[in-house]
Amino acid sequence: MKLKLKVWRQQNNKDKGGFQTYDVVAEEHMSFLEMMDVLNESLIAKQETPVAFEHDCREGICGSCNMVINGRPHGPNSGTTTCQLHMRFFKDGDTIVVEPWRSRAFPVIKDLVVNRSSFDRIIQAGGYISVNTGGTPDGNSIPIEKDVAGEAMDAATCIGCGACVAACPNGSAMLFTAAKVSHLALMPQGKVESNRRAKNMVATMDKEGFGMCSNIGACEAECPKEISIDHIARLNREYVGSVFGGA
Amino acid sequence: MKWLINFFTSSIGRKLIMSLTGLFLILFLVIHLLGNLQLLVDDGGVSFNAYAYMMTHNPLIKVVAYGNYIFIVLHAVMGLILWAKNRAAKGSTYAVKSNAKVTWASKNMALLGTLILAFIFIHMGDFWWKMKMDVVPYVTIEGMDHQVKDLYSKVSHTFNNPYMVAAYIVGLATLSFHLWHGFQSAFQTLGLNHPKYSPIIGGLGKAYAVIVPLGFAIIPLYHFFVMK
Ligand code: HEM
Ligand code: SF4
Ligand code: FES
Repeated sequence: MKLKLKVWRQQNNKDKGGFQTYDVVAEEHMSFLEMMDVLNESLIAKQETPVAFEHDCREGICGSCNMVINGRPHGPNSGTTTCQLHMRFFKDGDTIVVEPWRSRAFPVIKDLVVNRSSFDRIIQAGGYISVNTGGTPDGNSIPIEKDVAGEAMDAATCIGCGACVAACPNGSAMLFTAAKVSHLALMPQGKVESNRRAKNMVATMDKEGFGMCSNIGACEAECPKEISIDHIARLNREYVGSVFGGA
Repeated sequence: MKWLINFFTSSIGRKLIMSLTGLFLILFLVIHLLGNLQLLVDDGGVSFNAYAYMMTHNPLIKVVAYGNYIFIVLHAVMGLILWAKNRAAKGSTYAVKSNAKVTWASKNMALLGTLILAFIFIHMGDFWWKMKMDVVPYVTIEGMDHQVKDLYSKVSHTFNNPYMVAAYIVGLATLSFHLWHGFQSAFQTLGLNHPKYSPIIGGLGKAYAVIVPLGFAIIPLYHFFVMK
């Protein structure tokens, strides 16, 4: 299949950047990243600088293969990362526009690579359990209701990719932060620190320059792990509770 | 005290203000509509004028009215601050528009709100200000020992002007879109989310967003087309 790719090229954070158009011949069975590899090999053969993009696991678990494809973070399919998107979902002759995540808290490093360390700082503010939880406990030694465990597990599937921020017209990190807060607050090991966690993670989220949640739901629509905005409601409860209830 | 200031300047705290003031305004609009439906009574304005007199002289209602003004201002100012902050947080947008399924209203709350604000200025300037400035003529109502302002005739006069009727219809349509998203959004902001009740709140919100603006819209339309 013959494709026309319009890719965002930007030298560094100071550079203004702009689109470059490339012709690529790809196969339907390729993943989107493999198609990008084909493009880069042809650029290298021509002694040009390849397109910088992040990738690692190529199986939908690391959250690094971030690009906005035809206006959609991780491309047109729901519940998949870019590395899980296959070229059979495009047609011969298609023009595909590829852009980096856009949000003030995610500055572009180069081409399609953005700096997501603001997410790391949100995690450092409370996305952990401080006590040593020991080795693997006996199954069912701490009874947790199936529904609760399931919901915590759903939240825990967040891979920190940032598609939620990329999709949000407000550049809000509420879905990411909510997933982390929910995942820990629902578990007995995490409940202990839940007040402090919600307060500190939200404060860091605000400080990093992320926007506020207007409950639009674009994050939920684009999240490759299909994390529900129900978790945002829980974060709102946790936060208000931590401010008015906690010490 | 510092904790309270921190809360109301935090992202979630600011949204809580939007939600609570928005819900208050939602409640106010129901009362406002129920009272105003008396404008449809064909009694030359007796019941409506008596109601308007009561509303402007009852001390309790005066307190609530001032609360209402404060909440509208707070909601509008905070809404515009959020809009500006969110625009700054996004920075730039994409070359290709997303076709993900989200409602148009949810992405345009500040635009819709600003139009509502413009409408509130027209509306208050025409009725409230003129009542306050005492440029509305007085009438005698049977059974009352003093004259009352004839707001009914003022309203009727306004609604004989096709441009004003059009402004009301546009203003109310804008309100409908604002609440199509806003009603359920306010509950989500409060964290009131539940697999059993959220769909009911969503349905109630959509019903409210259609019925209440429609109820208001009937008044200018009825005066313009039927009562003349
Ligand atoms: C009677 C009129 C109004 C009612 C009943 C109303 C109601 C609401 C409600 C219920 C919300 C949802 C709050 C939430 O998401 O938690 C909302 C949001 C909003 N309102 Fe209003 N509103 C009114 C007038 C206005 C005005 C005059 C403005 C002025 C600019 C405005 C601007 C906004 C904005 C920007 C939001 C979105 C905030 C966000 O989620 O980021 N509204 N409104
Ligand atoms: S919530 Fe979803 S979109 Fe956001 S970082 Fe986690 S996995 Fe990515
Ligand atoms: S490369 Fe790891 S999720 Fe795509």
